[in-house]
Amino acid sequence: MNNIAAIFKKEFRSYFNSPIAYIFITFFLALSAWFFFRGFFLVGQAVMRGFFSWVPWIFLLFIPAVTMKLWAEEKKIGTVEILMTLPIKDYEVVIGKYLASFCLLGVTILLSLSIPITVAYLGEPDGGPILGGYIGLCLMGGAYLAIGMFASTITENQIVAFILGIVMCFGLLIIGEDIVLFNAPNWIVPIFSYLGLGAHFSSILRGVIDSRDLIYYFSVIGFFLYLSVLMITVQKWR
Amino acid sequence: MIEVINLTKRYGATVAVDNVSFDAKAGEVLGFLGPNGAGKTTTMRILTCYLSADGGTAKVDGYDVFEDSVEVRKRIGYLPESAPLYTDMGVIDYLKFIAQVRDIPKSQRSQRIKDVVDICGLEKMIQKDVGELSKGYRQRLGLAQSLIHDPPILVLDEPTSGLDPNQIIEIRNLIREIGKEKMVIFSTHILSEVSATCSRILIINDGEIVANGTPDELAGRARGEEVVHISIRGPREDIEAKLEELSLVSDFKRVKSDDDACAYQIVSQKGQNTAEELFHFVVQNHWSLTELRQEAISLEDVFLKLTGNESATQPTDV
Repeated sequence: MNNIAAIFKKEFRSYFNSPIAYIFITFFLALSAWFFFRGFFLVGQAVMRGFFSWVPWIFLLFIPAVTMKLWAEEKKIGTVEILMTLPIKDYEVVIGKYLASFCLLGVTILLSLSIPITVAYLGEPDGGPILGGYIGLCLMGGAYLAIGMFASTITENQIVAFILGIVMCFGLLIIGEDIVLFNAPNWIVPIFSYLGLGAHFSSILRGVIDSRDLIYYFSVIGFFLYLSVLMITVQKWR
Repeated sequence: MIEVINLTKRYGATVAVDNVSFDAKAGEVLGFLGPNGAGKTTTMRILTCYLSADGGTAKVDGYDVFEDSVEVRKRIGYLPESAPLYTDMGVIDYLKFIAQVRDIPKSQRSQRIKDVVDICGLEKMIQKDVGELSKGYRQRLGLAQSLIHDPPILVLDEPTSGLDPNQIIEIRNLIREIGKEKMVIFSTHILSEVSATCSRILIINDGEIVANGTPDELAGRARGEEVVHISIRGPREDIEAKLEELSLVSDFKRVKSDDDACAYQIVSQKGQNTAEELFHFVVQNHWSLTELRQEAISLEDVFLKLTGNESATQPTDV
């Protein structure tokens, strides 16, 4: 626990010691607010569906940018050599780093609460879908982060980690979308629609938090964290 | 304290460490000497549990580096080559981070940090960011990082590379100082460094240990021959003809000649009082002697002999 806390603290501070955190938060808030308010007054309804339907796509670009440095940078400048010879278990480092990136995401999501506050001020929104939407954002963002971190363990080049992260997240997102499902062979459709990141998000978005959706997101996160640990271990055998 | 048996590590087809065995006891300063790419860093990385090996075992303080890696890591302080540090952290934050991971109790942390800052001479840099430090200070911070938990074993990979001569001397003194209480393993390809700091030397070439002994023992191996530098004033042809005849001279080489004097490097078998004999030789021929000195055979000669093209490939203990 102590080790995870130490890694967490180091990583979280490092986000705020570099411009990454500020750029991420600013751009995310600006972009999501623009996407939201663009249609909000036209529709004239106190709902946040528009916002929640855009965010998975915004995340797709932003989250790999948050995770790309987690391992790639350490490998590039060699600090991983000190880090991995400290008396820490590999999984503790992975979890510490993951939690740090998750908390950066948490801070960002917290700051975006200005949108529902505005909506509540202007109208009488239904709380359920908004609450569900925010929980969904955390889960979905968490899954993206785990995938992005795994991408970062593969390479020592941050740009490669970034692009790989986007590609992997996009892959997992698109397979659950209608455009793929319509064209996929029949037998694969249920598998794809279950594995798709977006489908579970939209069911949470309705305000219904189903345990199956929770299990899905937690398994995706767990699976990619496990892959990261595996990758780190394998690299000792290079 | 460290026991390495038949350690082997391959990178694809190249064998980086080939059947290396050695041991080291507490209180030793062990120098890894070898040309670039000889396998020094790889050996150290295996000892510090950063890499796995393809064969053999390594034990630190009785713990296997593959089985009980966390226990091993607790006992080792490691400074990798060129001291990679987080440049976006403050010096003090960095040391705090290491202290926390190294499980130093909260109450002792600030004292330990103060101690290593003192030992490594970092007082003036404590408020700065790591990124602002010069190479020498980064090296010191890396050393401070490796000392913070007071480990019984210190592994330093080329701790003096890239430093200026003053800094090199400081770091060497520091290593010698630390080596009084701890076991230190450090690697270098600078020869004077090992003879100045180590109590024992391992010469590694092509992944194999080609020599293992104290600096004196190793230098002694090359001392089968003696080299004398002599400078004589007299007719050159004459001198050389006579030198040729002299039985105790097994080989000579003219290093300089001008109107004034000719300088020669004379190689002879050991134990013949070559310098004295040469003095008499000059006097008998009525020339004058302008310089006469015995050249010390250095580690350098041993090193070149062992790692050169005609290198001995059998590991030999002295």
